[in-house]
Amino acid sequence: MNIFVCLKQTPARDSVICFADHGKWIDESGLTFELNEPDAFALEEGIRLREGNGGEVVVVSMGSERTIAVIREALAKGADRGILIESDESFRVDAFATAKALAAVLSKESPDIVLTGLQADDLGFGQTGVILAELLNLPHASIVVKIVEISDGSIQIKKELEAGWFQNIDMPLPALLTIQSGTNKPRYATLMGIKKARKKPVDHYSIRELGVESLMSQTIEHLYAPPKTKETQFFEGSSREVADKLAEKLKFEARIL
Amino acid sequence: MNILVVAEHHGGKWHKMSWETLAAGQVVAASLNAQLSVLVLGSEIEPLATELATHRVDRVFVAEHELLAEYSSDGYTVAIQQIVKRISPDLVLFPHSYFVRDYGPKLAARLNRSFLNDVVDIDAEENHIRFTRQIFQGKINADVTFSDAPPHFVSIQSGAYRGDALEPADNFAPVEKINVTIGPADIRTRYGEWFRESKSKVDLSTAEIIVSVGRGIKDPEHIPIAKELAEALGGELAASRPVCDNGWLPLERQVGSSGQTVSPKLYLAIGISGAIQHVVGMKGAEIIAAINQDPGAPIFEIADYGVVGDLFEVVPALTEAILAIKED
Repeated sequence: MNIFVCLKQTPARDSVICFADHGKWIDESGLTFELNEPDAFALEEGIRLREGNGGEVVVVSMGSERTIAVIREALAKGADRGILIESDESFRVDAFATAKALAAVLSKESPDIVLTGLQADDLGFGQTGVILAELLNLPHASIVVKIVEISDGSIQIKKELEAGWFQNIDMPLPALLTIQSGTNKPRYATLMGIKKARKKPVDHYSIRELGVESLMSQTIEHLYAPPKTKETQFFEGSSREVADKLAEKLKFEARIL
Repeated sequence: MNILVVAEHHGGKWHKMSWETLAAGQVVAASLNAQLSVLVLGSEIEPLATELATHRVDRVFVAEHELLAEYSSDGYTVAIQQIVKRISPDLVLFPHSYFVRDYGPKLAARLNRSFLNDVVDIDAEENHIRFTRQIFQGKINADVTFSDAPPHFVSIQSGAYRGDALEPADNFAPVEKINVTIGPADIRTRYGEWFRESKSKVDLSTAEIIVSVGRGIKDPEHIPIAKELAEALGGELAASRPVCDNGWLPLERQVGSSGQTVSPKLYLAIGISGAIQHVVGMKGAEIIAAINQDPGAPIFEIADYGVVGDLFEVVPALTEAILAIKED
């Protein structure tokens, strides 16, 4: 099977994020970047698919030079080959523009299955996979919690719906799946894996040579801290002091106790 | 200017976010003096169309087709694409439901447009509409505009507008049937019945006090400190998604968009950052108290009481303090 997994590099989850002076984006200097956490589940699913069905896992990412780190990480965990689409803007473009670039690369390949994470922890669109399926003319399922069966050019998956409901979906291959987070336990890279990863091939493309317009249709005008909907009373002091204050409030003000 | 709202139902029952989205449509239409239409798709949906017509809208569109009897991303994309081409709306509003997450961006792409999802506010003035959405897991608000030509596709986050604030119609709005052409070959996926994993034994929706743990708890061996606090308060123990995904607490204790929706008197969030998927499940709580290490955690936007600190110290201390008060 030709298995493709799309990965994004995002600021580390616990990052303290500051705004850039112009107020239209964040200040990226001083941030550490890592593999977007939801994408780790898609990568793990891809590697398991290869372990069960044979074939190749190819990881694709778009971003500036630092993005090579997530490709190396994926190769160390067991992916076979990487593709980096070089773009300095990647991290702030809308999902349609990202999907166009990914589609330009994937249409040169012949995937049997394309996997993405549920959403990115930065912009949180959760759209790239769905749009990519449309651009590649593939059937898709989103928020997949399990690959139930693969047989004879078709796949059955279990998908999550709202409020604890699920549904199985059958579709022909090739297909695209967006993988729900938490559905597997992503493996760690081994020392041997890291060593092997250095020899694995990584193709580089630039946005320009792919002929993808870098045109964005959505413009961020302004970033700001979300307004508070409630006036929070914060308690300060030692742990004992804040605990006593909070307990008192719960008793006398909130009348809970 | 024309605004189209796509209302959503499943099996003849409305998705409640349809009303919130229609309310958003009414607000934007009023400030722009725009025409507002609402669309319902499906099979045998006349009663639904009639119900839509009782609200203040200029037109109700009904697209009936047997292949729309159940949701499919392919079917909905083909149908709505034809309708958008025919009635040329400038702005199409969707509820940010699981269905819309599944087909909305695909539909927009088919019409060579982007899709803006999870919008929490719309600021509409003459010739200028600004949409607000949250990024970085709720830590930052972004005001976004479209720079390309209409139609623009936007989904509205749950709870952003009030469904009960909908304005009724003076007279029934006209209901117009709209034909769509769909063939069986258009739909590449086969959808099975909806099912639930197991009957949930824990009903958190009636709990008066909930102590909920998030990924800040770090390790399953720390769960007991939260459990002890819940017991001291006489409440139920709940969790955010990552905790249940890791198997530290059973799924039946999960609060949020994929779990239970709760509205207790007290919701005490421990080590929960407050991502939107969690917040939609608990923001109806009367009192929200949060303990978190990160002063920038979005949970503090909605908290009545906040403690910025080490939960491993504060939580046991709080349990003691509560037991002491109860003994008095």
